[in-house]
Amino acid sequence: MSDTKELKVKEKQAVAVPAEQTKPGPVFTPNVDIFETENAITLMADMPGVKAEDLNVDLRDDTLTLTGDVNPGVKTPGEKVYEEYETGRYYRQFSLSEVIAQEKIDAQLQDGVLRLTLPKVEKATPRRIEVKVG
Amino acid sequence: MIYRTFFGDPRRRFGSSLADLDKMRRQMERLFDVFGDRQPSGSGAGVYPAVNITEDAEAYYVSAELPGVKSRDLDVNVTANQLTLAGERKISEEATDARYHRREREAGRFSRAVALPSDIDTENVRARLADGVLTVTVPKSERAKPRQIDIQ
Repeated sequence: MSDTKELKVKEKQAVAVPAEQTKPGPVFTPNVDIFETENAITLMADMPGVKAEDLNVDLRDDTLTLTGDVNPGVKTPGEKVYEEYETGRYYRQFSLSEVIAQEKIDAQLQDGVLRLTLPKVEKATPRRIEVKVG
Repeated sequence: MIYRTFFGDPRRRFGSSLADLDKMRRQMERLFDVFGDRQPSGSGAGVYPAVNITEDAEAYYVSAELPGVKSRDLDVNVTANQLTLAGERKISEEATDARYHRREREAGRFSRAVALPSDIDTENVRARLADGVLTVTVPKSERAKPRQIDIQ
């Protein structure tokens, strides 16, 4: 098995949000992994500093919108001495091609990572139609 | 002129713009002498994780964003003049029939050393990991805290 590789720093991507924001501050794109199995689409998003009550997951018209607010109280006290990363809100939008069973959507936020499971609507069981020869 | 008001002193109005820039440059150099010998070119040293450092009268606060890292996979060590953050970020394995459409999150090891000023109290360093953000509180030693001096 190969050695675990070293992580490199990636700069946070600031995003130009389509609608005007009511709250000031930078908005970033969270990194996501999206994978699909037969029954569901799962999305994992890195949103450090976001608590569950500040996270908004919205699904309407086949568009999935993730919004996360970072609580400014989380900032460490005192004056800035050295800053390598900015903190700001997170926003990302996806359009879904699959039809999703909305009532079974599951969202879990742990260690700043959102795991969103979107179960696909079960396809109707195919019925075989008997053809009667009359 | 933003830098002029930043440094106050309204008397320095003529022919001193270079002096102001020079003062700013020397202050920045002092910061880097204290906190590490890396120039922040955008994302800093390029070493994971990126850190922010703030300071008040009581302590220095070092924070880093480590989403998905559990406290058992994280090592925080402090010596007299260095804070080391090391560990591994793991990404959960998924079912074998999973088809990835996007793969932006990375997993791997990391190790970062941050130079600290020597006037710290290494016995009482505290670290907290919550919501993927690590905050290390490095208290200043008694000598370094500002003291009010009574004037007689």
